[in-house]
Amino acid sequence: MDAMQYEAPGSVDEAVALLAAADGAAWVLAGGTDLLVQLRADLIEPGLVVDIKGISELRAITPENGGFRIGAAVTGAELGEHEGVKAVWPGVVEAMELIGSVQIQGRATLGGNLCNASPAADSVPALIAAEALCSVVGPKGRREVAVAEVATGPGETSLGPGEIVVDILLPERPARAADAYLRFIPRTEMDIAVVGVAVSLVLDERGVCAQARVALGAVAPRALLVPEAAAALIGGTVDDDALERLAAAARAACRPIDDMRGTVAYRTKVAGVLARRAAGIALARARSE
Amino acid sequence: MAKYHVSTSINDEAVEFLCEPQQTLLDVLRDELQLFGSKEGCSSGDCGACSVMLDGRLVCACLVLGVEAEGRAVETIEGMAKGDQLHPLQQSFLEEAALQCGVCTPGILIAAKALLERNPNPTETEVRYWLAGNLCRCTGYDKIVRSVLAVAEEMRGG
Ligand SMILES: Cc1cc2nc3c(=O)[nH]c(=O)nc-3n(C[C@H](O)[C@H](O)[C@H](O)COP(=O)(O)OP(=O)(O)OC[C@H]3O[C@@H](n4cnc5c(N)ncnc54)[C@H](O)[C@@H]3O)c2cc1C
Ligand code: FES
Ligand code: FES
Repeated sequence: MDAMQYEAPGSVDEAVALLAAADGAAWVLAGGTDLLVQLRADLIEPGLVVDIKGISELRAITPENGGFRIGAAVTGAELGEHEGVKAVWPGVVEAMELIGSVQIQGRATLGGNLCNASPAADSVPALIAAEALCSVVGPKGRREVAVAEVATGPGETSLGPGEIVVDILLPERPARAADAYLRFIPRTEMDIAVVGVAVSLVLDERGVCAQARVALGAVAPRALLVPEAAAALIGGTVDDDALERLAAAARAACRPIDDMRGTVAYRTKVAGVLARRAAGIALARARSE
Repeated sequence: MAKYHVSTSINDEAVEFLCEPQQTLLDVLRDELQLFGSKEGCSSGDCGACSVMLDGRLVCACLVLGVEAEGRAVETIEGMAKGDQLHPLQQSFLEEAALQCGVCTPGILIAAKALLERNPNPTETEVRYWLAGNLCRCTGYDKIVRSVLAVAEEMRGG
């Protein structure tokens, strides 16, 4: 390997300048739980690694208009310890906490999970269902992007040269709102999702579902928002019939691959089952609000 | 190749070292600092044999760059016993035969210590989930879990 350079800038502007000057040969380092594995396996040969953990504004979780702005260098462990975020967005927090072991949680970030662009990334369906927004800063300034627009395919993102995700905004929630994330893995811990399903919903005073978003992971080249699945929930009391239509819509949206973790038929079936269960959890949470 | 100069703290002692930027903290501990307690099992974050504390967080040293230790505090298995005085977990692992080949043991001890500092009264399920990132191919885990639970009780004064 050619000499790799390591920089730990103290500001976003410095990080962007370093990345932009490196002309594509540079990688952002957040928790390193994907990047270092790829580095060790010689999958990438960075000329420059820019560690963003020294940028203090990226380490913070900041309440904002009833929601939360989560810095790109906040770890899973820190997110899981934040009672405020957990109360408002339990599904996002449980999705992030599913990633790896305690050791991995001490390092892994939401931003890294998103930018690594694995189709099976656990936090991404939950962030999409939450309608989270990323702030991206690059040589041309700052822009806001929907989380669903960041990953474009396995390992591919829409980020331009020199652009970094600086934070992720989880919006404000009305009363009687909740989310949930479930994944299926062949073991009970430490594995990659065969299917992941996130459901976010809002009930009105009568318990009728007023808004819903459903997102699927690991069943397509990137996590999918499935409006047809959400439509099955909206306007009713999330009864058995609605849950069956939700499951059918989730199955219909799947475009999975066959691999050692599961066949197309298996993943498709499990997507329906998990969608039902995740909706049930989100519903129970919203009712107990 | 240009080496980086890193000033850090390892087991409460100020330490300086030179390393290459792609060396991991595990490489540095073992190859530069001759601290062989932390083991290399997989180098991919799966086995936990390299577990250390970094600024009070349990991490895999194989997934941290050596240069990232700059200005931070690292705790390794070498700091667990105080002189000849074994940590209660170390003592209990010996007494309960919670190790065979011993490759997983330093990582498991560091992880178990981190658990008991956070949660002095874990259930068996909590111990098993907490240690899910530490693989052991010899013991079958039962003796490890029992040792951790016994020490938790002892440290609570039970
Ligand atoms: C043992 C093990 C178990 C795992 N289990 C799971 C699991 O169950 N579910 C799951 O989804 N993942 C899992 N992972 C993968 C990984 O831990 C997650 O994807 C994690 O969230 C990555 O975050 P990170 O901060 O470590 O990213 P890094 O490794 O630092 O970065 C990942 C990628 O994103 C880029 N990047 C990081 N931050 C930014 C940013 N702010 N702006 C732009 N680009 C950025 C990096 O350049 C790199 O390409 C596992 C990994 C290991 C080693
Ligand atoms: S060597 Fe680090 S986790 Fe296996
Ligand atoms: S004692 Fe051999 S791996 Fe655990």
